[in-house]
Amino acid sequence: MAIDSTTVRHIARLARLAIAEGDVAPVGAELGRLLELADRLGAADVAGIEPLAHPHDQALAWRADAVIETDRADELLALAGESRGGFYLVPKVIE
Amino acid sequence: MSISIAQQARALRARETSAVELARRALDAARAHAPLNAFITHADASALAAAERADAALARGAAAPLCGLPFVHKDIFCTNGIRTTCGSRMLESFVPPYDATVVERLAAANAVTIGKANMDEFAMGSSNENSHFGPVRNPWDTTRVPGGSSGGSAAAVAAGIVPFATGTDTGGSIRQPAAFCGITGLKPTYGRVSRWGMIAFASSLDCGGVLARSAEDCAQVLAAIAGHDPRDATSMQRPADDYVATLSTSLQGIRIGVAREYFGAGVEDGVGAAVREALAALEKRGAVLVDISLPHAELAIPAYYVIAPAEASSNLARYDGVRFGHRCTDPASLEDLYSRSRAEGFGAEVKRRILIGTYALSAGYYDAYYLRAQRVRRLIANDFTEAFRQVDLIAGPTAPTVAFKLGEKANDPLAMYAADVNTVAVNLAGLPAISIPAGFSEGMPVGLQLIAPAFAEARLLAAAHQFQQHTDWHLHVPGGAA
Repeated sequence: MAIDSTTVRHIARLARLAIAEGDVAPVGAELGRLLELADRLGAADVAGIEPLAHPHDQALAWRADAVIETDRADELLALAGESRGGFYLVPKVIE
Repeated sequence: MSISIAQQARALRARETSAVELARRALDAARAHAPLNAFITHADASALAAAERADAALARGAAAPLCGLPFVHKDIFCTNGIRTTCGSRMLESFVPPYDATVVERLAAANAVTIGKANMDEFAMGSSNENSHFGPVRNPWDTTRVPGGSSGGSAAAVAAGIVPFATGTDTGGSIRQPAAFCGITGLKPTYGRVSRWGMIAFASSLDCGGVLARSAEDCAQVLAAIAGHDPRDATSMQRPADDYVATLSTSLQGIRIGVAREYFGAGVEDGVGAAVREALAALEKRGAVLVDISLPHAELAIPAYYVIAPAEASSNLARYDGVRFGHRCTDPASLEDLYSRSRAEGFGAEVKRRILIGTYALSAGYYDAYYLRAQRVRRLIANDFTEAFRQVDLIAGPTAPTVAFKLGEKANDPLAMYAADVNTVAVNLAGLPAISIPAGFSEGMPVGLQLIAPAFAEARLLAAAHQFQQHTDWHLHVPGGAA
């Protein structure tokens, strides 16, 4: 079943993906088809089964409390679309 | 041209060739095979510099097994100073300021990267048609796909450009292209190879590995890249085994489970027949075939296509147009910057998965989809645990079909997802698996998948190697004799 337009716009907003008005209905139809695939999970008897988030049980390892990252701010800022004075630039947030 | 690691390494040690000559030949071959579109970036200058260092190491007699061998990295591994796109417009101009651990380790072994291989965008795809840089073509038949997402890696090895390539496997992205291109592809145990610097798709599933001509070659490369990395919290602390020394282990008495679910309705007759013949060949060498069942196998695709997109929607949130990657022009607001940069930077399949993943994680649907998929994931993992009480390895076709035609499934996501039917469960359970050439159907290669318990790569590689000692499917190359 297709996902309604309000839900498509809501999900796209949550995902921060701009969506053209003409694409809302086709995207809703497509997501509906994908959910039909996901709905097959309903056939499984999962009563009492714990969710598995990660394939292996392993305690996190401790590492030495030592500095391993050096100051590479300039190199990293150079990757940004816009930066100035050691900061990332974004459109004005507060008027 | 010699195309195995062993052949090239022998020629280097016998001074019949040099690392610089091998690098030049590989770079020339990469360009001669330009119509395959296997490469996103060629790295001539750094390759020749690395080859000179390798020649110096060879002259000192201090050469590691991979020293001087040309190879390609899937363009998902960050390479310091070499553009790393992940097949996406989002990262079209991204030049990482650091190397991934896999990149570091192969560089330390003096292997020579000649370039970055094409791939499905953010490793999302089973045909390599989702690349921003265009589809890769299968060297066996250029009207067909090479498989995906490590399609460029598979095509480069199959075409004889390089003896090996790195790849990643989140749901089959090493094994399925290896099967489609008639080569050997190893997906190690989750956590065996560091994910540090490997661009994230689905963090509980992503696994770095290798595509090469043979299991023996895969063992050599795995030996170089496996092992704990303190920079990746999910990398396993357990030491790596000696994968090369154990290759000679006999098949005698090895119990191979033949999972009936892997020979289901979607498996083409020619594929099923080739795989059954390969199983008979294993039996002839002393393996014991045991019929087994993995009762939740049919739920692997639905579980995977909830969990992987959910993790992707979270991982890909980092592409915000601010810090790196594509940035839209003239954003009207911060939100416009985010949403338009992402809409412009991501392709259709990536957006599809971000949206479905966001939906599965959103309030009201989390329990019904994401949590339920994780419970099914445990059932699938438990199936393997049960099966491995009876058998040492599990076998079946890697993919239900041979390589399909370009465009055949490009507009039907569900048909494309079905190509992963025999591979995704392995990722959900975090197990190692290998695809090895096992015959032909319709003139196209067929892959046999062997699956092992966690950390039993040595057993997996030895069984595959023994098969390859007694068959020659892995020696066939596109367009004629080996």
